[in-house]
Amino acid sequence: MTEPDALTCKELVEIVTDYVEGAMPETERRRFDDHLALCPGCRNYVEQMRSTVEAVGAAREERIPAETRDALLAAFRDWKHQS
Amino acid sequence: MVSLVASRPPSDLLARDAEAELVDSLRAGDEAAFAALVDRYHGTLVRLAVTYVGQRSVAEEVAQETWLAVITGIDRFERRSSLQTWLFRILTNRAKTRGQREARSIPLSSLGRDDEADQLSVDPDRFRPLDAPQWPGGWADPPRSWGPNPEERLLAAETRALILEVIGGLTGNQRAVITLRDIEGLSAEDVCNVLELSETNQRVLLHRARSKVRQALERYMDEGAKP
Repeated sequence: MTEPDALTCKELVEIVTDYVEGAMPETERRRFDDHLALCPGCRNYVEQMRSTVEAVGAAREERIPAETRDALLAAFRDWKHQS
Repeated sequence: MVSLVASRPPSDLLARDAEAELVDSLRAGDEAAFAALVDRYHGTLVRLAVTYVGQRSVAEEVAQETWLAVITGIDRFERRSSLQTWLFRILTNRAKTRGQREARSIPLSSLGRDDEADQLSVDPDRFRPLDAPQWPGGWADPPRSWGPNPEERLLAAETRALILEVIGGLTGNQRAVITLRDIEGLSAEDVCNVLELSETNQRVLLHRARSKVRQALERYMDEGAKP
C-alpha cells in the first residue's frame, strides 16, 4: 500500500460503485483488487455497499389505495366500451 | 445474502414475449392485464413522480394521469421501446411539466443540496491525513463488518423506514436514479433511457445515493452492535 501508484482507502470509497457495477477498466480493477487483498477495512466497506444495494432493493413497498385502483380500472373499462 | 438476491424483483419483469402478449391483452380490453400492470407499477410511478414534484399528493395525481394516458395511448404504442420504458417516459414527461408549474410552491429545503460536502462518500476525518508517514489516506476509523448475516437487521421494517427516509432526503436526480436502479431493479441502460442521462452521469448519481444510504446504515448497524 506504500507504492506511489497504489490506491488509498480514501480514493477507493469514491470509485467503489464503478467496481461493483463492473464499469471499471481491467487495470484499475486490478489495482482495486490488490488493495482489497491487503485491506480488511475496505473489504468491509465493499461488503457494506453490496449489502446496502440489497437492503434498498428490499425496501420496495407496494400499496395502491383501493379507491385509486377501482377508479383506474373503471376508467379502463369505460374507455374500452367507448372504442 | 443469496436469499436476498433471489427475493428481488427481476430487473426485466416483462420478457419480450410476455410483453407483446400483455400489450395485445391491453388493446383487447383485458381488465385483469391492466390491473396487474397497475398493481406492479403504481407505487413506482408515485415514487418516481415525487422526485420531480416534491409533494406526495401531487405525485399521486401525476401517476393517475399517467395511467389514463396509457389507457388512451396503448393503441398507438409502437413497441419501439419496452412497455416499461414507455410508461416511465410518460410519467417523467408529465411530472417534469407539473414540477415546473409547482416549483414556486415547493419549499427550498426539499430540493436537496448539491454542495461540496455532498460529494464525499465518507467523512474525511475517518482517514489518515494524506501527509501521514504511514498509510496516508488509509482508514483511521475503518468500517466494521456487519457480521455473516446482516440481512436480519437490514430487512427489518425499521431499517426499511430508515432507508426510505434517507432516499427521501437525497437530491431529485439521486433519488430518481436509486429508486429506479435499486428499488425497482431497472438496468443501468433503462435508467439512462428513462431519465435521459449519460451512463457516467447515471453512475455518479447512483454512487452518491448509495454512499449516503450506506453511511446511514453503518451508523444504524454500529449502534445496534453496542452492548
